[in-house]
Amino acid sequence: MYDLVTALSIWLIPALIVFIPLYAAFRKIPVYESFVDGAKGGFDTAIAIIPHLVGMMVAINMFRASGAMELMVQGLQPMMAAIGIPSEVLPLGMLRPLTGAGSLAYTTHLIENYGPDSMIGRIASTIQGSTDTTLYVLTVYFGAIGIRRSRYALKVGLFSDLVGFVAAVFICLYIFG
Amino acid sequence: MVNWIWLLLMTISVVFAAFTGRLEAVTEAAFEGAKSGVTVSFGLISVLVFWMGMMRIGEDAGLLNKLATLLSPAVRFLFPDVPKGHPALGYIMTNMSANILGLGNAATPMGIKAMQELQKLNPDKETATPAMCTLLALNTSSITLVPTTLIAIRMNYGSAHPAEIVGTTLIATAIATAAAILADRYFRRRAMRPPHTTHRGSRPATSPAAGGAAETIDREAAS
Repeated sequence: MYDLVTALSIWLIPALIVFIPLYAAFRKIPVYESFVDGAKGGFDTAIAIIPHLVGMMVAINMFRASGAMELMVQGLQPMMAAIGIPSEVLPLGMLRPLTGAGSLAYTTHLIENYGPDSMIGRIASTIQGSTDTTLYVLTVYFGAIGIRRSRYALKVGLFSDLVGFVAAVFICLYIFG
Repeated sequence: MVNWIWLLLMTISVVFAAFTGRLEAVTEAAFEGAKSGVTVSFGLISVLVFWMGMMRIGEDAGLLNKLATLLSPAVRFLFPDVPKGHPALGYIMTNMSANILGLGNAATPMGIKAMQELQKLNPDKETATPAMCTLLALNTSSITLVPTTLIAIRMNYGSAHPAEIVGTTLIATAIATAAAILADRYFRRRAMRPPHTTHRGSRPATSPAAGGAAETIDREAAS
């Protein structure tokens, strides 16, 4: 299964890059003009994201540098320990929805210190791999089209992050325990 | 809710830093964050330009419409208010497939294109539609079959079974996605009800008619 999916991932992009223009050429589409026409929009979209991303990353970076997160983790630790969540992975659970690069760095730090095949290493890998960075996705996707009122989207994202975090911990404890 | 989180993150940081003597570090972090915001956006230019060009070819050739009609049952269940055969559905499909296969740098441009198509159906350009919220929910919980980056890291640190986390990741991500879909359904239903019935009569029905539902939800998120 793993080999199959990896092979698919390797082949898919080059296959798409050839298949899409070939199919279009077959349908008598001026492929290059069509490409350039669509590609134009990419630049403006990326630029439109800048203010949203700058605003969000400033706030998240400040929060991490202030040490407030560590205090929150300390406050939550007894509660987490009571339901069986190892305290080492708690900061990762809090970082995951906020910053992709930050949580990847923390996962690497855990793997380095506890070993990839330790329980903490496995839990950290599972948490990191199972969800995406909610705030980043929201900022980029809604920023690109100028949505200001995101309604309940953030609540849904954060809720699913919490469920994913708890699920990752207990699945690992059960399967590797 | 985003307003509140943003404000809270910054206020807590400065107040906390003032007490612990980390004000300089926090200031530095603020500008560091601004810089990485720009760097990340610039990094997106190349993939956005490339994939949006590719997707335009696919659109002109009618590939996206074909995809939209081909795989419609699942997507129709998740996005009931997008008209049948609308190009948005095609982009949603490509976005979801790219996510599942772990093609991160292709998934984002396709997701943004899907959002742009959904925006065409949006009567109020600054407020997210339920369909947009669903698409976002799917992307934040993103089902990935093989977390390639993590397997590489585990290999680097000498794991005996670098890929052993594929199974646990798949189960965890499936649960997270199911939670996202359920929560999205729940809030979507609540948002569709008229404002005065959403609160079990505890709040007087004085919400303005226009945009009332959306505002009520934002206010609730804040509390």
